[in-house]
Amino acid sequence: MLDATPKEYVERSGLVINPAKTCQPVGAMYAALGIHKCLPHSHGSQGCCAYHRKFLTRNFRDPVMASTSSFTEGAAVFGGGNNLKTAIKNVFAIYNPDIIAIHTTCLSETIGDDIPSFIMGAQIPEGKYVIHANTPSYVGSHITGFSNMVKGMVKYLSVNNKKSNGKFNVIPGFINPGDMREIKRLLNAMGVPFILFPDTSGVLDAPMTGKFELYPKGGARVEDIIDAGNSTATLALGSFASADGAYELEKKCKVPQKVLKTPIGIKATDDFLMTVSKLTGREIPEEVEEERGQLVDVMVDCHYHYHGKSVALFGDPDLLIALTEFTINLGMIPKYIVTGTPGDSFENEIKEMLDAAGIEGKVKALGDLFTLHQWMKEEPVDLLMGGTHGKYIARAEDVPFVRIGFPILDRSVHSYLPITGYRGAMRVIEMISNALLDRQDRDAADEDMELIM
Amino acid sequence: MDSKYLNGILEERKDFIFCNSKDGGGKLKCEKDSVAGSVSQRACVYCGARVVLNPITDAFHIVHGPIGCASYTWDIRGSLSSGPEVYRNSFSTDLREQDVIFGGVKKLTAAIDEIASRFSPKVIFVYATCIVGVIGDDIETVCRMAEKKYGIRVIPVQSSGFAGNKSMGYKAACHALLRLMGDQKHSKVKGVNFLGDFNLAGEIWIIHQYLKTIGVNVISKITGDGRCDEIMKAPAASLNIVQCAGSMTYLAREMEEKYGIPFVKVSFFGLEDTRMSLLRIAEALGDPEAVKKARQLIFVEELKIQSRLDYYRKRLQGKKAAIYVGGGFKAISLIKQFADLGIRTVMVGTQTGRADEYEEIRNITEEGTVILDDTNPSELVKFIQEKGADILVGGVKERPLAYKLGIAFCDHNHERKHPLCGFEGAVNFAKEINLSMNSPVWKLVN
Ligand code: SF4
Repeated sequence: MLDATPKEYVERSGLVINPAKTCQPVGAMYAALGIHKCLPHSHGSQGCCAYHRKFLTRNFRDPVMASTSSFTEGAAVFGGGNNLKTAIKNVFAIYNPDIIAIHTTCLSETIGDDIPSFIMGAQIPEGKYVIHANTPSYVGSHITGFSNMVKGMVKYLSVNNKKSNGKFNVIPGFINPGDMREIKRLLNAMGVPFILFPDTSGVLDAPMTGKFELYPKGGARVEDIIDAGNSTATLALGSFASADGAYELEKKCKVPQKVLKTPIGIKATDDFLMTVSKLTGREIPEEVEEERGQLVDVMVDCHYHYHGKSVALFGDPDLLIALTEFTINLGMIPKYIVTGTPGDSFENEIKEMLDAAGIEGKVKALGDLFTLHQWMKEEPVDLLMGGTHGKYIARAEDVPFVRIGFPILDRSVHSYLPITGYRGAMRVIEMISNALLDRQDRDAADEDMELIM
Repeated sequence: MDSKYLNGILEERKDFIFCNSKDGGGKLKCEKDSVAGSVSQRACVYCGARVVLNPITDAFHIVHGPIGCASYTWDIRGSLSSGPEVYRNSFSTDLREQDVIFGGVKKLTAAIDEIASRFSPKVIFVYATCIVGVIGDDIETVCRMAEKKYGIRVIPVQSSGFAGNKSMGYKAACHALLRLMGDQKHSKVKGVNFLGDFNLAGEIWIIHQYLKTIGVNVISKITGDGRCDEIMKAPAASLNIVQCAGSMTYLAREMEEKYGIPFVKVSFFGLEDTRMSLLRIAEALGDPEAVKKARQLIFVEELKIQSRLDYYRKRLQGKKAAIYVGGGFKAISLIKQFADLGIRTVMVGTQTGRADEYEEIRNITEEGTVILDDTNPSELVKFIQEKGADILVGGVKERPLAYKLGIAFCDHNHERKHPLCGFEGAVNFAKEINLSMNSPVWKLVN
């Protein structure tokens, strides 16, 4: 399929080929699904909404509910105010959510719809909420959209009423529900009171009950997001997806914040847990210490599987920043790192890590998979890691491939099993090792085929 | 519709739902825009255009718009190619804020240049997404200039409408196809164009084989496993056979007018439709030899599959099905196919069905069957449960709904895994239904 990819890299100014990102609204929709009894609402034409729901459905294999303003020709000319008002009325009447989280689309942004004033003019039943985020798709990426929606939650909901709740906030970033669960497990193990939002666990990894729940049990409670303004601190996991929400909380409610890496890999998980410990004065419990010990044990047992192997990484910035650190810790050589999301800070942060490790690698923000493929043709790597779309490159270049990140459309269970925390790190090691060893087995001559590896 | 069914249904939606009763009057409303605030299962104009044109395997498809529209349609169609794979890449202009403010023409021109200079394309399609209309990029001119500069075909697809639904996108695609075919006069050749099969899971190859066997020459496939050259020759054909009526009737009509090619509607889903379609094609060509061969083919093929179908019939007898698909044509075929397997259809809905199709659906379903236009998840869930369906046939978004309800599912859309058309397709369909319906997993779900 990728036969046409030439080896020589040439700068392009007009064309993106095989993107490594998608548009803001899908990220906003995902964040909104992390509020309990929330119906995400797409303010634009129905096509966008259908795409976004489909995309999330394919990745999570669970129903994804969201309503749309269903723009008409008139809406595009005169603005979508009436559509939105009707939509809000209808949604509360029929779907009866506790909260509607509106995001915009290219269309409503381009015609300049003023959502806050529309919301002001809408009928909102007692005790219900409507929040919004601007998510123009021609700015940023789906990660920006996620970040904007989290910011919107804080803007509309969080309040500081001067009574500390003794909790601290965690904004987990654009990670799978399984990872959000894992982060909660670790925090619970430490016995610290916390508020995690958004939280898609129990929404997009809901158990089978034989019933269709429009609003599954999971999700951050609205009361908790309101109360987040009274917390003692906020931990933002991932600077791209979570930092803005934390800054907003600081600005609006004076809650101090700290931005950390997504806790993928041993060092990022250490940092996360130590920070929690420092903030709360709680010790890291023995069971978590034990997990760390197991992880180090595994790293010792397996180090020769991957030490010195070069790897190409693509996907979302927070994931890549953490993975770059982790693969360096494993003794691997992260040679190419590409995200579709724009951001100089991404390139700088990665470059710093590579420099510190003495690795000559290439990194690109606002890049695409075509570029990554060209780099891999110029100088090959031993392993490719990223979302499903990487499989075409893996096939073309005959490189082993580990699926990690978003979206994963051709495999399942990834959304349930974490890659965060110490146990998640073990899982990443297992995936990397298995991919490399499977390849070795496949390629081994009869006489080299080994039983014990 | 009877009010007792309509608890919890949006007032504005009530006219779009219908409960079949043979004597009663009543008319289903359809072909309207979705209600604001609904969780519509529908797609947009661009989506319609894209799904029709994308299967042209050796064309370059540039999405002129922000990245989302490009990335959601990247290689999702499941249309297979027997040769070129260019169409499976995603090319787009990834419009940024600057472009929205100052216009995207420059970027589009650069994008076309970059393709033309690097890949030696024959044909480039440029799709306008919704904001391109709003920012007012003149893609017609950009395309015309590029055609001149490179001596290739660069065809704009006017799919930027935001009000309409998929059907309008189909129309935009048909216009693009007509442009590709051009105005030139062709000397007629005996043979057909096959319109409206997108070669999902390789389906067009099966039909192609049938047509070959009965001695019918296929001039072009539009658009499954399509080639630009082939489509440019389409005006020479003596007959158009039209499968996906929703997307392609318009093109067939236009081709009739412009090139004098008559058309027949066919469907290769289910035994009855396959049988009838083969005979209809042979007869429309006025070729007695072909009719004879078609009869033979039908006889042989049916003989081959009967015992396998009987096996599934035994296992599926008496089950109940719910259908939610894009167009009315497919719904009709599915109802018949289910009937052939001894399965009753208790609910049927489409995204963009037309009034005449709903009338036919009404005629071939039994009393009590719920019929819906442009529905939403809550309605689907409600009627599936009330009607006690054992399986839902639908697309991506419907799959997890069915599973959550603990019932079986079959994808009859872009993600179908096996060819479901023709005689072997009928067996695959039964097999797939059986596989899902009789899976031991349902025993674990209460
Ligand atoms: S890029 Fe814009 S128009 Fe396209 S799907 Fe995303 S929001 Fe909709």
